[in-house]
Amino acid sequence: MVREAAEDRRGTPLRLNELKAHELLPMIRRKEVSVEEVVAAILHRISAIDSKIRAYITVAGEEALKKAKEADARLAGGEPARPLEGLPVAIKDNICTQGLRTTAASRFLEGFTPFYDATVVERLKDKGAIIIGKTNLDEFAMGSSTENSAMFPTRNPWDLKRVPGGSSGGSAASVIAGEAVCALGSDTGGSIRQPASFCGIVGLKPSYGLVSRYGLIGYASSMDHIGPMTRDVRDCALILGAIAGYDSKDSQSYPGELPDYTECLVPDIKGMKVGVPKEYLDEGLSGTVRDAFMKALDKLEELGAKVVEVSMPSLKHSLAAYYVISSAEASSNLARFDGVRYGYRATGSDDSMTMMAMSRGEGFGPEVKRRIVLGTYVLSAENYDKYFGEALRVRSLVTRDFREVFEVCDCLVGPTSPTVAFEAGEKTRDPLEMYLSDVYTVPPNLAGIPGVSIPCGFDEEGMPIGLQIMARQYNEEALLRAAYAFEQATEFHKRNPEIEKYTKEPAGGEMSV
Amino acid sequence: MSITKEDVERMSILARLELSEDEQSLFAEQLSEISRIIDSLAEVDTEDMDEMIFPSELGNVFREDTVLPSADPEEALSNAPDREDRFFKVPRILEVD
Repeated sequence: MVREAAEDRRGTPLRLNELKAHELLPMIRRKEVSVEEVVAAILHRISAIDSKIRAYITVAGEEALKKAKEADARLAGGEPARPLEGLPVAIKDNICTQGLRTTAASRFLEGFTPFYDATVVERLKDKGAIIIGKTNLDEFAMGSSTENSAMFPTRNPWDLKRVPGGSSGGSAASVIAGEAVCALGSDTGGSIRQPASFCGIVGLKPSYGLVSRYGLIGYASSMDHIGPMTRDVRDCALILGAIAGYDSKDSQSYPGELPDYTECLVPDIKGMKVGVPKEYLDEGLSGTVRDAFMKALDKLEELGAKVVEVSMPSLKHSLAAYYVISSAEASSNLARFDGVRYGYRATGSDDSMTMMAMSRGEGFGPEVKRRIVLGTYVLSAENYDKYFGEALRVRSLVTRDFREVFEVCDCLVGPTSPTVAFEAGEKTRDPLEMYLSDVYTVPPNLAGIPGVSIPCGFDEEGMPIGLQIMARQYNEEALLRAAYAFEQATEFHKRNPEIEKYTKEPAGGEMSV
Repeated sequence: MSITKEDVERMSILARLELSEDEQSLFAEQLSEISRIIDSLAEVDTEDMDEMIFPSELGNVFREDTVLPSADPEEALSNAPDREDRFFKVPRILEVD
């Protein structure tokens, strides 16, 4: 099938914003296109449109071209192509890349260059992928719109007035705009799935521990995950397979055997039991998202799934538990940014304690400071049990509710976010408003279960809507199978934003092969 | 719960985080607002529930105590704001009479 799709394209221009890894890789393998051509086309695309989208903090153009030429030389010399040979990927800028600046979109790390690769980066490179650059995010991944970036906000490629979601907004925007073929994001409370939903792509948060966090700049360690952001479900399975698996450098790494995720891509969900938690259809859900979700349920039924309503009362307390736990862990994790070993150091103090407090005060943005203060507050002796202890007990409850529901359901579905992408500036004044954007995505982070967002519709203004599918811990197969069946029966993942209208110059959207 | 400016100031000292007067007032106001959802935790009946730290059943993970290569000192110092020889350099940490 892949071969046919690729052959159909021969002689016609390859449109970068329609390009999938599973189509591109066989073409590179058959030498129908060189890695250098692909990388050069992506870089051209970035230089033509990224001044409008602003997905990237750093573009590693020279290094990417060098790697591309090396790959072409190896292939020309008869060496076999590695699994991801020549695949241009974007990496969220809170994931460490050796020799390539990694800022977490914070002033504090503006000049930080890691001397080692995160495990996920090492695995992608070993398989032949080429790092195109580092994408924008909310500072230290704290936010839902990429407006908390200390560098600049990223725009939604579907409508530049709107946010791309967050915190992995740069990764999501880069993929849908054709500035990368695939990307990695990180997800602590929805930061992969919500921007995937806002930008109309596929974003997967794996089970806790399935993908190593070594080299991820930690925010809330008990809920941090790295995962793929791609144009379709097959690419998602491909990238997940490339990065998942045991790593001794992550103490919570899952030691079990893993399946070949591309093998569960069977478009058949007959008899699959799909639960809909009624708490996901509460008063906060917008009408257009509800309509699209209801149609998605009809589609799942049409495909033979048995859709049942379930109730998980603890879900309504998830957001509160999430903010207590994530802020507490953040206040502890971010203690490492002290201006001593790396990062920003304030001048004008003559003792170390003042230097640390000043460096942190000057180097962190408002959302980060607010969460450190909240985290310190809920961990203080007089509040510990009332807030932190209670949040951890609620977390047990949420996890138990999920476990019970998965005894009767193969997977759960709900909307990914209550609304479509909102306008820039709309929620920046009110942190609570912003937090509500994550209300449907935080429960899987509390419980450590996998969740994926896939496109399931568009509103009347053409903005994408996401469907979230969740499954039992380490059952990514059920998740991918349901996602694949839905995707193959719908057309939403084939629609593209009209990037060309934002630029007068040729947007580098096509590449002839 | 209502978080006061004094609470914010106290937390900022504990967290070694310098905040301006304006930031302290703003955060007190915003965190009091945010605490409305956090306070709802008290309504939940969690009597039989344990505190769940990690969403995995791995528990404590042990490894053999073997020596492995660690960072090269030059690499480890490569991002230092200030250094002297093979050391990170900081302003004074002790009071001098």
